[in-house]
Amino acid sequence: MKLIGEKGVRRILLGIAFSALSALLLIALFIMSEGLPFMFRYGLKGFLFSSEWQPEIGRFGIFPMIVASLWVTLGAMVIGAPLGVAGAVFLTEFVPRPVMRIVKPTTELLAGIPSVVYGFIGVIVLAPLIREHFGGPGLSVLASSVVLGIMILPTIISISIDSILAVPQTYREGSLALGATTWQTVHMVTVKAARSGIIASIILAMGRALGETMAVIMVAGNAVKIPHSPLDSVRTLTANIALEMSYATGLHREALFATGVVLFMMIMVLNIVAGLAIRKRGSKR
Amino acid sequence: MFRKCAILVVFTPMFLLLGCGKAKVSFTLAGSTAFQPFAEKLAEQYMTTHKDVNITVQGGGSAVGIQSALSGAAQIGMADLVTLPEEAKALTATVVARDGIAVIVNPDNQVVGFTAPQIRDIFNGKVKNWKGVGGANAPITVVSREAGSGTRSSFEQIVRDITLTKDALIQNSNGTIRETVANDPNAIGYLSHGMLNDKIKALKVDGQDCTTESILAGKYLLVRPIFLLVKGEVTPEIKDFIDYILSTEGQQTIKTSGLLPAK
Repeated sequence: MKLIGEKGVRRILLGIAFSALSALLLIALFIMSEGLPFMFRYGLKGFLFSSEWQPEIGRFGIFPMIVASLWVTLGAMVIGAPLGVAGAVFLTEFVPRPVMRIVKPTTELLAGIPSVVYGFIGVIVLAPLIREHFGGPGLSVLASSVVLGIMILPTIISISIDSILAVPQTYREGSLALGATTWQTVHMVTVKAARSGIIASIILAMGRALGETMAVIMVAGNAVKIPHSPLDSVRTLTANIALEMSYATGLHREALFATGVVLFMMIMVLNIVAGLAIRKRGSKR
Repeated sequence: MFRKCAILVVFTPMFLLLGCGKAKVSFTLAGSTAFQPFAEKLAEQYMTTHKDVNITVQGGGSAVGIQSALSGAAQIGMADLVTLPEEAKALTATVVARDGIAVIVNPDNQVVGFTAPQIRDIFNGKVKNWKGVGGANAPITVVSREAGSGTRSSFEQIVRDITLTKDALIQNSNGTIRETVANDPNAIGYLSHGMLNDKIKALKVDGQDCTTESILAGKYLLVRPIFLLVKGEVTPEIKDFIDYILSTEGQQTIKTSGLLPAK
């Protein structure tokens, strides 16, 4: 029966694990080698802090898009984080377990809906609503924040639920025995003990919001300007790459890779911060 | 060692797929997304009568069409620009069709037509309210294509002196431009004449309707040529295919599918 020995299996698995790792490494190397030279040739300051993006006359300033990405992500957090954390607390502390076991997988289904569908609903339903009730073109920071806020719910809810469930039952019992009400126990003991997990879920969700492309292209309107209100149309870093990549040649193409470098760095920082938050939780127990 | 094996297992089938169909005479067309569907149709028809020829049609946009014709990545580049850029001087260009660009608004909009300077003012952001150009009191939402699009550069070259307003929404295809304008009563955009339908309204430009007749009569302003670009010496097979497109049959196909014949 012994076709491949213990060591053979080990080596095969090692090879597979390495191919995943080397894919990441190659992607990073490729983006850097295509984008970094341009950034330094064009001037880091001009590239990152200028507001002029006119590829046809050789002006590449991505500042409006950095601002836009941050605003849209922040908006998504403002909408998604309270909803997600409150949902997780409700499902773990206030609802019988069987109900949670049905509702949690249902919210996770949200993650399986393709982002084009979110974008489509945003364009057809959300944008006209915003245009009629608040003014502006409809395709805006607000629309993208709402769409992204909903898209990141499954990430926040399921990781938060896991970390709240990991809080030992004795903590709750101790608090209740001391005379605290259920709500006091929840917000002073349970959520506090699960804090680092909840923060990690929010940071991971932030990474998702920052990196989302298709839905944002559809609902953000893609105008290259620094937004003055949530009703203004914006273009995020991801949208900039996806919109113009198919046509770009020469310098323009390099500028888009450089945009990718900036995005890559932002997401790396977020992931490292999330990793630290999770590790902090691990070391506590 | 094992890693190499894994990579081989993944990539070999891909290369096998790429290798398919190399037995016959084959060439590739790449470029303009506006002409891509027509090129596909023409190639299909051509291949039914020329069994020994295999034609691949790729999109990518006019800039890609020029680049890949220059680099040899494609034997024929497709471009829908009013004037070809400097680097395309090295290529042999043939006009195979023409396409009108329609300026469109929502059907609820009362405006019926603009002059070229009015269009320029709107897209430059000088006029920001429909009231300023004879419409209702509502802000104008300008919708344009992304930088690099052949439709956009043709539009801007024909209307002249357009520095697109920073408030303009950007959509990356004719179809999404149409959707945006159909959904927004205050929007104005432009798209390929073949993409018109009843969800949107085409405006008169300088008093001329955007119809096949007025374009053929040379009265409508916003018309761009569609070029096929070939580098260096044209091989007999490629020449035969281009001749087929320019033949009565090819031009008829172009016309019935919604584009305009070359002459």
